[in-house]
Amino acid sequence: MTRHIQLTEQGKLKHFLTIEGLDKELLTEILDTAESFAGMSEHQVKKVPLLRGKTIVNLFFENSTRTRTTFELAATRLSADVLSMNIATSATSKGESLLDTIHNLEAMHVDMFVVRHALSGAAHFIAQHTAPHISVINAGDGQHAHPTQAMLDMFTIRQHKKQFEGLKVAIVGDILHSRVARSQILALNTLGVAEVRVIAPKTLLPAQVKTMGVIPMHDMDEGLDDVDVVIMLRLQKERMNSAFLPSESEFFRCFGLTEAKLKRAKADAIVMHPGPINRGVEIASSVADGPQSVILQQVSNGVAVRMAIMSMAMHSQGGAA
Amino acid sequence: MTKILINNGRIIDPANNIDAIGPVCIADGKIVSVLEHAADFTPEQIIDASSQIVCPGFVDLSVRLREPGHTQKGNILSETRAALSAGVTSLCLPPDTKPCIDSPAVVEFIKDKAEKADYPQIHSIGALTQRLAGSELSAMFALKQAGCIAVSNASEPLGNLLILRRAMEYAATHDLLLMYRANEAALSGKGCAHEGAVASRYGLPGIPEAAESIALAQCLELAELTGCRVHISQISCKQSVIKLQQAKKYGLNVTADVAIHQLHLTEDNITPFDSNYHVLPPLRSAIDRQYLREGLVNGTIDAICSDHQPHDLDAKLGAFPETEAGVAALETLLPLTLALTQQHRIGLSQAIANLTCKPAHILGLASGVLTPGSAADVCIFDPQANWPVNRDNWLSAGCNTPYWQQTLTGRVTHTLLAGKPVYRLVELP
Repeated sequence: MTRHIQLTEQGKLKHFLTIEGLDKELLTEILDTAESFAGMSEHQVKKVPLLRGKTIVNLFFENSTRTRTTFELAATRLSADVLSMNIATSATSKGESLLDTIHNLEAMHVDMFVVRHALSGAAHFIAQHTAPHISVINAGDGQHAHPTQAMLDMFTIRQHKKQFEGLKVAIVGDILHSRVARSQILALNTLGVAEVRVIAPKTLLPAQVKTMGVIPMHDMDEGLDDVDVVIMLRLQKERMNSAFLPSESEFFRCFGLTEAKLKRAKADAIVMHPGPINRGVEIASSVADGPQSVILQQVSNGVAVRMAIMSMAMHSQGGAA
Repeated sequence: MTKILINNGRIIDPANNIDAIGPVCIADGKIVSVLEHAADFTPEQIIDASSQIVCPGFVDLSVRLREPGHTQKGNILSETRAALSAGVTSLCLPPDTKPCIDSPAVVEFIKDKAEKADYPQIHSIGALTQRLAGSELSAMFALKQAGCIAVSNASEPLGNLLILRRAMEYAATHDLLLMYRANEAALSGKGCAHEGAVASRYGLPGIPEAAESIALAQCLELAELTGCRVHISQISCKQSVIKLQQAKKYGLNVTADVAIHQLHLTEDNITPFDSNYHVLPPLRSAIDRQYLREGLVNGTIDAICSDHQPHDLDAKLGAFPETEAGVAALETLLPLTLALTQQHRIGLSQAIANLTCKPAHILGLASGVLTPGSAADVCIFDPQANWPVNRDNWLSAGCNTPYWQQTLTGRVTHTLLAGKPVYRLVELP
């Protein structure tokens, strides 16, 4: 059903809600398309007319400056008209339902929704209830999925490692609450890496993590041994208040990425983080700013990857110029 | 009153070990004879039940009628019509109405509405604590006097184990049955799905099995301590079945039921985010379902209930975690129970016992049987009839069922309440 709702009858991308149900071919097409946009930001004219005349609405039911900005930039560079709405502080808190908000915007003849919401499944729900000509892009729903972030991470990995076959990847930190990790795991496995390890205390791993196609580990030295890619996750401060962890300092001692721990990984291993970083909590500054860090490249790649996904979704609708 | 003859049906009356084709004679609202024609019996009405099954009306241990308080979802009239069309002739109403059933006045209100709806056998379950808030005992004696058949805190948590102990002691004082929904709220938290593979993959807040089995184990310990008669409502997992089995073997006076959907569906059904599968306790794993089915076969679980919870459309529209839990399940109770008998080595007579005499026995009711002299609450159904679940064939105000638009097999054709024909299936042309 996930596949069905995201793809047109011809197998083209219509909505982008989750990596689940998408095959290697399609993920590779997204990366290749992004590649063609990647050089653009260095040009004098940073725009292409692919989505001229289209209206894209960023519907952010949860605040996020970075993700919203890259989506805005991506849409602008595709020549679309963009409207960003912070609904966290708007209509729904006045009792208007999610569906009312969607239908009201639909009535204004928009072409695409980019949705961020605090609850898992919100993007699916919106995709199921919008008019058929509207594409929905998931910009993060609860703890479920953040597929554009995962794709920009895949793009960054491919830039550095050329291919996915044979790679060993470690994802470190709060897997339980991370929509980014869930989407990364699906994307990495679909693209054919050799091994995905998740390294965290048991309190921050999903109950049935083994069924997700990963190797759960609790020790950084063992977990980082011989890996090609280290992905650190952001640790939310509120985790200390609900008995997931004793303290930030103990977390850093066990699971924080330091230069010493990174030595266990391959010499050419790259270090990634979806941001924003908590320096000294999940990662030492010397590593975040060090030679193996590709964290800022991830941010730059975000625009090209989101341009690729938006233009592909609009094309399948037959609406792009 | 009318004399009615039900002719040529296959009579299944588990309490009396009857499974044979023959007549049922009814007069003055009571069963007169079964499998033989009563002497000097001239029926005024004959129901031909050829190729149909005649059994006692079903006794449903958990049916939300949504009145008082939630009439946007249903009301006593709409939901009792659905009950009659489903062959359910007695039902228990959990106390989480609004206002909740913690005073005789609410019981009287419901009784009054029940009479107006010609459905007298709504058995109110009294609140265990005032306002169901989990801290102060309700006036259980007054509730019993007003007609409450049992006490329960519905799905609401109790403040602590001492309150549960005192409540059980007090309920036992008045010989009241405690119907207990086993749920340790601290462990289930804001969970909306089984803490298993699906919740892990979809990032849904999970509810571990232990949230149920720990609460169940505590309740069984306190049942032993206090002597309170306990019925565990709507169990969902393997560990609960195991603990109940041990307790029964040990000789504890405890019974349990399961909601029919738990015997069919698992966590896999909710993918990717279908709110019609949002129920509490959540749909569990295939292993849990296997234990529930086996528990039913070996008698660890005594009864099947619908756990009917009709909802308005809005309640199910939203991201999965924010939708309201529950299914409208009265009208699928029979076909889904029949499906169990066909697929999973549960005898038809046993399955009917799980819907009739066994739940009646738990409640101390004389119904659920076709014994001569007992009230003629009778259900007649066609076990072969296929019917599509859609608006034309649906009486509940809530359409929130995962089976919407599916075709199910087995359909009630007649329901008699105290000898009075109150429902007859009218086939669409």
